[in-house]
Amino acid sequence: MVAPPLSRPAIEVSRSEAAARPGPFVSATVAILVAATCIPLGYVVWGAISVGWSRAYELVVRPRVGELLVNTVSLVVVTVPLCVAIGVAVAWLVERTDLPGRTLWRPLFVAPLAIPAFVNSYAWVGVIPSLHGLWAGVLISTLSYFPFMYLPVAATLRRLDPAVEESARALGSDSAGVFFRVVLPQLRLAILGGGLLIGVHLLAEFGAFAMVRFDTFTVAIFQQFQVTFDGAAGSMLAGVLVLLCLVLLVAEATARGTARYARVGSGAPRAATPIPLRHFAIPATASLVALAALALGVPVWTILRWLSIGGTDVWDVDAIATALGQTIGLAAAAAVLTTVLAFPVAWVAVRSHGVLARMVEGANYITSSLPGIVTALALVTVAIHFARPLYQSVPLILFAYVLLFMPRALVNVRAGLAQVPPGLEEASRSLGSSPTATFFRVTLRLTAPAAAAAAAFVFVAVATELTATLLLAPTGTRTLSMLFWSFSSELDFAAAAPYALVLVLLAIPVTLVLFRQSTKVAAL
Amino acid sequence: MLDIRGLAKSFNGHTVLDHIDLSVPRGSTTVVVGASGCGKTTLLRIVAGFESPDAGTVSIDGRQVAGPDRSVAAHRRGVGYVAQDGALFPHLTVGQNIAYGLPGSARRRKVRNRVAELLETVSLDPSYASRRPHELSGGQQQRVALARALARKPVLMLLDEPFSALDTGLRASTRKAVAALLADAGVTTLLVTHDQEEALSVADQIAVMRDGRFTQVGAPQHVYRQPRDRFTAEFLGDCIALPCTVAAGFAECALGRVPVGHSVGDGPATLALRPEQLRATIVSDTAQAGGADDSRGGVGTVIATEFLGHDVLLTIDPAGDNGPIVVRQHSLNHPAVDAKVRIEVIGSGVALK
Repeated sequence: MVAPPLSRPAIEVSRSEAAARPGPFVSATVAILVAATCIPLGYVVWGAISVGWSRAYELVVRPRVGELLVNTVSLVVVTVPLCVAIGVAVAWLVERTDLPGRTLWRPLFVAPLAIPAFVNSYAWVGVIPSLHGLWAGVLISTLSYFPFMYLPVAATLRRLDPAVEESARALGSDSAGVFFRVVLPQLRLAILGGGLLIGVHLLAEFGAFAMVRFDTFTVAIFQQFQVTFDGAAGSMLAGVLVLLCLVLLVAEATARGTARYARVGSGAPRAATPIPLRHFAIPATASLVALAALALGVPVWTILRWLSIGGTDVWDVDAIATALGQTIGLAAAAAVLTTVLAFPVAWVAVRSHGVLARMVEGANYITSSLPGIVTALALVTVAIHFARPLYQSVPLILFAYVLLFMPRALVNVRAGLAQVPPGLEEASRSLGSSPTATFFRVTLRLTAPAAAAAAAFVFVAVATELTATLLLAPTGTRTLSMLFWSFSSELDFAAAAPYALVLVLLAIPVTLVLFRQSTKVAAL
Repeated sequence: MLDIRGLAKSFNGHTVLDHIDLSVPRGSTTVVVGASGCGKTTLLRIVAGFESPDAGTVSIDGRQVAGPDRSVAAHRRGVGYVAQDGALFPHLTVGQNIAYGLPGSARRRKVRNRVAELLETVSLDPSYASRRPHELSGGQQQRVALARALARKPVLMLLDEPFSALDTGLRASTRKAVAALLADAGVTTLLVTHDQEEALSVADQIAVMRDGRFTQVGAPQHVYRQPRDRFTAEFLGDCIALPCTVAAGFAECALGRVPVGHSVGDGPATLALRPEQLRATIVSDTAQAGGADDSRGGVGTVIATEFLGHDVLLTIDPAGDNGPIVVRQHSLNHPAVDAKVRIEVIGSGVALK
């Protein structure tokens, strides 16, 4: 669940006069990775072509697809604005008013990111067993995803120059006027970015919606796969889902335009004077407490309740230990592999400009929005048709993780690499270190913190991944999320509770990293 | 020592270096000076091995390191390089930075002694070895960068605007110290800068660059006093240009007959003079009326003065249809506005076509 912001084409960073040309080894690695990121899209296109136009039309234009479309679109259309409202309101209250306990609230509203959406769904079903349909989906996804809006908005609010707001006041605007005419427009980029991230997650989520019997495209594709395995109907649904993703991307890019808001003038902005809430302080605090109770209290309380109901019986230590071992093994392998592979890609994106660099940016932008189910289905299909022995093997699932989470690793590695001045590498070479030695002695050493963050993000993403893991895991694999899923699908909520607990505990350190990163960015 | 022949380089169809030739004699310092974007940094980066030329050759110590068919990698050239900001490794201490290019671990006694010795060379206390680069001032960082580059005893030292990141006072003193140090060590040095004063003060040989070509290469005194064209003359310092007619080694202009150096041939030309070659003295009305001794210098009226402390700038309107002339001289008892002055020319000027 923990996810850093989507990667997007990098803002032009200052590049040395002549960009370095990547060597043949780096170029080949990057080209292969870029080609591999095209597999999911290729699968969708190839699926459409191979079933033929009339059959494809038949499969797409049917009541079931219409129903899914209504469900999925309503989910996005209701949830994203809700998240915007909650995220912006919470961020403004926490960052800009004299609300008591700011240092406590800040991490508290990032914390929901440590709870995977399907665990949240499980918790709510435990509280209200009759929960189902669109409003259940909206409730759970809003509570799970509003931090994606809160984080960037809070970071932007902390960076805004209070002098601009003071000028607006001097020009005759009251508090509300200042907020709507000056503050909100400056939050536009953060809101759009957060909205895109939430939209992409809504389209890709399977477990949370399957649990409350709410059929979105991803849920339907998964069910179709279980019935027909490699059917044309499934790939057509995947095609529509991919189109929805592209619509989101285009909508966000259009709304964003070429806008850049920068503070005009120099010098460090002063800290803003908190706005006094006066008699609103009590209702504001009460709503924040309520939100925290819904987003954090309910899942934590449910997990603990099931644990106490289950008693010692649910602690099948052997099974949990095996699952933990397998999860850590897979997640660690995927984290290392993804981070290592992210280096050549990031290097090309940061240090060179040319066709390859632009392809990397473009491919990365699109794949970061593709749902895991499409990638998983594509790999299943490719493996069955072209590489039978790879099907349900560890290398294939690791490959899927690399494709799915490369964008998250890239965001970090690229930022780290961009902060290493090329002048340092040149200095090292002029001191007699070969390019390879320079990479290890200077570049890698300076990028290490960013690479560690990247690996941590990928690790947690893999550990809490459900959809692709269910489709691709080798026979006999029992990861924490798979076991959690199978118990909760059988409605054995007590037996699922220990796995939920371990999943949340695994995600907490990385959520802390994310929180610290966001405050650091804001301090710049 | 360093030999550059016919060096050419272009980026995206834009010519940056246009067939450059340059020789740097062993143990001397050559400064390439030019406005930003003229190609001087590219020249330095090609010599260092960070870029490869489109045409031409670079030879260091008789060994060809860059050419059409072979190119020696940067780390095998034995060249020292100091970047504009020093480019110290932030993850290493000062001592580890200096020991970076030395064989063996930075903890070994031999390496530690060498580091202390190098710190002493650049006038820093050996206790600095354990500090981090961000704890040093700009000038100290620059000296550490120099020590780091010197550690490998390079045959050639390349300095890329090494003093431009420093503030004015520090710049002059660091410049002096570095120049002396490199001269003592007998290291052949190629320095690029956009600061003409810096170029003139440290160079044994100066090369003025414009749009990827050298307009003139030579000893600083010579290039300053005898520029070959108007650009070189104006780039190296303030310059007074007057229309004149050259005949038999003299230029006839508003300031009278001025001897010129190497002649461009008789006929109309432009006379270039440095402000310090002119001296304005107050003349009394009667002396002017007498019109005695008009052969050398001209007469004019002061129309503005600008007091600069040590110096004063006098803007003088000469008789005739010339534009105003600016004279810089010491500020003691300088002529006031509206004073009649005689402008005297010291030494010879340069006639340019």
